[in-house]
Amino acid sequence: MELFRIKKDIPFMSYSRLTTSISLITFILAVFFLATRGLSYGVDFTGGTVMEVNYPHTADIDSIRKAVDSVGLKDATVQNFGTSHDVLIRLPIKKDLTIAQLSEEVTGALKNADSQAEVRRVESVGSQVGEELYASGGLALLLVCVGIMIYLAIRFEWRFAVAAIIANMHDVVIILGFFAYFQWEFNLTVLAAILAVLGYSVNESVVVFDRVRENFRKMRKAGVVQVIDNAITRTMSRTVITHLMTQTMVGSMLLFGGEVLHNFALALTIGILFGIYSSVLVACPIAMWLGVSRANLIGDVDKKDKSQEEVVA
Amino acid sequence: MNRYPNWKYILIAAVILIGLLYTIPNLYGESPAVQVSPAKSSLKVDSTLLNKVEAALKLADVKFNGIYLDASGVKVRFANPEEQLKAKDKLIASLGKDYTVALNLLSQTPNWLLAIGAKPMYLGLDLRGGVHFLLQVDMKAALDKAAESSVGDFRTTLRREKINYFGILRDGQKVEVKFESEAELEKARSLLSNDYPDLTYSNSGSGKEFTLTAVSGLAAQKRIQEFALKQNLQTLHNRINELGVAEPIVQQQGADRIVVQLPGVQDTAKAKEILGRTATLEIRMVDEEKTDLATLEKAAKGQVPFGDELYKDRGGRPILVKKNVVLTGDRITDAGPGVNQQTGGSIVNITLDGRGAGIFKNVTRDNVGKRMAILLIEKGSTEIITAPVINEEIGGGRVQISGMDNPQEATDVALLLRAGALAAPMEIIEERTVGPSMGEENIKRGVHSTLWGFAAIAAMMIIYYMIFGGVSVLALGVNLLLLVAILSMLQATLTLPGLAAIALALGMAIDANVLINERIREEMRNGNTPQASIHAGYDRAFDTILDSNVTTLIAGMALFMFGTGPIKGFAVVHVLGILTSMFSAILVSRAIVNLIYGYRRKLTSLQIGQIYKAAE
Repeated sequence: MELFRIKKDIPFMSYSRLTTSISLITFILAVFFLATRGLSYGVDFTGGTVMEVNYPHTADIDSIRKAVDSVGLKDATVQNFGTSHDVLIRLPIKKDLTIAQLSEEVTGALKNADSQAEVRRVESVGSQVGEELYASGGLALLLVCVGIMIYLAIRFEWRFAVAAIIANMHDVVIILGFFAYFQWEFNLTVLAAILAVLGYSVNESVVVFDRVRENFRKMRKAGVVQVIDNAITRTMSRTVITHLMTQTMVGSMLLFGGEVLHNFALALTIGILFGIYSSVLVACPIAMWLGVSRANLIGDVDKKDKSQEEVVA
Repeated sequence: MNRYPNWKYILIAAVILIGLLYTIPNLYGESPAVQVSPAKSSLKVDSTLLNKVEAALKLADVKFNGIYLDASGVKVRFANPEEQLKAKDKLIASLGKDYTVALNLLSQTPNWLLAIGAKPMYLGLDLRGGVHFLLQVDMKAALDKAAESSVGDFRTTLRREKINYFGILRDGQKVEVKFESEAELEKARSLLSNDYPDLTYSNSGSGKEFTLTAVSGLAAQKRIQEFALKQNLQTLHNRINELGVAEPIVQQQGADRIVVQLPGVQDTAKAKEILGRTATLEIRMVDEEKTDLATLEKAAKGQVPFGDELYKDRGGRPILVKKNVVLTGDRITDAGPGVNQQTGGSIVNITLDGRGAGIFKNVTRDNVGKRMAILLIEKGSTEIITAPVINEEIGGGRVQISGMDNPQEATDVALLLRAGALAAPMEIIEERTVGPSMGEENIKRGVHSTLWGFAAIAAMMIIYYMIFGGVSVLALGVNLLLLVAILSMLQATLTLPGLAAIALALGMAIDANVLINERIREEMRNGNTPQASIHAGYDRAFDTILDSNVTTLIAGMALFMFGTGPIKGFAVVHVLGILTSMFSAILVSRAIVNLIYGYRRKLTSLQIGQIYKAAE
């Protein structure tokens, strides 16, 4: 089977204004939602307590709410999740109560109200720990960006590095935009997904850039636009198939992974879909506008050419 | 051109074989087990213990499937939970309180695999159920406590040397001693700075009041804090040992935090209580000269006589005790519950160490006929457990404390005294509890995600790339095998995000094979021979694969450096997955392709799916 039967190179670069404009609009929308709605941070970052309670029968949300209220926690949210037997309770940090006492008291109140209540998961994070996780998360994101840029600048050229990081950072912002718009919970696993996607999307740009470099060597008479168009066209099949495979795995996580992995898989899905688009149709135009040319890469042309001739011979 | 030298095939086969060996333990189920470990650090884990346990079980006629020794103690496997429970009771009875006996689950991995160190992956708490606590040590309290003990030391020293002072008090972490003359102050200063060189001293005041202020220096403060943390770690270790938890983790994290993980523990309330208790024992003298009613009444209104403190005993009666501490709980080497032969009341038997025994002997000799108060200090409140009259000199360091309400209380107090005191109070700042059913469900979720995803990818790859797709799937299978094998070897903690990382690693690793297959198709499209296409396809794809994996690796490293707990687990698997995928996607798949095609002389086509050639 072969999905892509392409006769001529597709002139991607002539649509570059369109593709980058679409990106820019999505980006602005994402920033807008981030600014107006903000992220709905999980307890990992804000501090607080989440309890997952299971009942052998349909859970009575009202009585559970009353039980939680009786401990004096007015800001608690109680909601079903997954099935009607499972309830998720979120409790904010309370000043005069340590987190250890808090979960203990709520557990007690729930058991009092219904002895069949089974607390299956408790996550309590103090505000101080939350702040630290928040800071180290930001630091990790920064480190990944800098690390990738340095690597690409050494391996290719600074223009590629800048193009790739702009394209992929805009992916990250779009994922965050989705989380802000739908108010999905943003927790540590989602952050892990975002960092993983960042590394993964940069792959995409790397594959295309690799081909661009190779084309500069082989297509000696072709112009920059032609070289890039050819590189994207040639790698298109691989791009689509690879992402299809990765998305299949992520889809399996969405289906079977349950509550804990749900948002993780969601972040990956958005990241993968936008990753295809941006790492090819945003990164390449930016690299082009930054003035990538054969001369930029001429340094290692001679050396590489020889090895390639040997291979073909 | 598409042949590997023999050693390369052998190497690859060897790696896969080793991978298989270390993966197999994960496929065996778990069986009920009992773990015996020493309750005291002075007791050794060696073959003597092994023989002891074995003999005890044989004597009690309990059947077991396996018994072996590791760093933490002796583990015994049983066929069913009934035998396990029976064995636990018998072992507790025959080994006594020097050893803790905990119920555990052990893998049914056969011994020959265990002998080569093949064990199943180490599951994190979110997969096996249990409690995770992050505790913050209150360092300010540790420093305050150190200053408080300086107060006592100063008082003793100054009295001994007969230097007159009219006041000594602690102000935060400063200790201030007041003198009437500068000469006395100087005498005290030279004496104290000689005896306690860790502290920094300064003088102030004039006229009729001269103050000597002592503050601990930075180095001393650091030492106090390190000591407090170490002491707390040790105490937690002891207490958790007493709880009888299999494979607990108590670790330092950062300068002032401690991580405690208790797998399988469900009763979080009990665990928290035991961890958080800061009971210490102090033995002080009752101030007999001031126990008249008038003084006590005054003291109850706040006018406590100088050098005394007012506490209540269990019956609520106020007693004035001297501030000077005779002995603290640190001097206790052992404590156990017991029954008073005469009264039948519950007691705690205490054994003191050599120095403690000496002090106790002297004090009891000098104070026959007077009362001695035993104070239990817990959660900031002090209670006099008992204040018995000293009838005679007590030597040998064996002390009985009566006044316990019931045997349970005697047991609890004994446990706390035996396990030692916390050097500084701690607060739980992070708590994660996962129920056992939840853990099992999480494993199921992770495994199902991975397997169904793998199956779908395999089907699509084979449909799209035919034989080459099949080779890619085999390589992906080897990748999974090696990843599981390495995780089992390293005994790195596998969490649910870690399981997700395994799935994701597979989903991302297939990229390398897609790259190679596409490249081979392209070479064929350009009119190259099949053999040349295979060669060029692998060769050219290599650079790209390397580049793209390095970027993923950078992301993984950053996650590892800044992540905590489950995220670290994700990062470890993510990074390892990248490394194994490089091996399997490039070397393994090439070896298989070489074996299939490399030895055919007349190869005219490749089964790599349709290759479309644009019409010229």
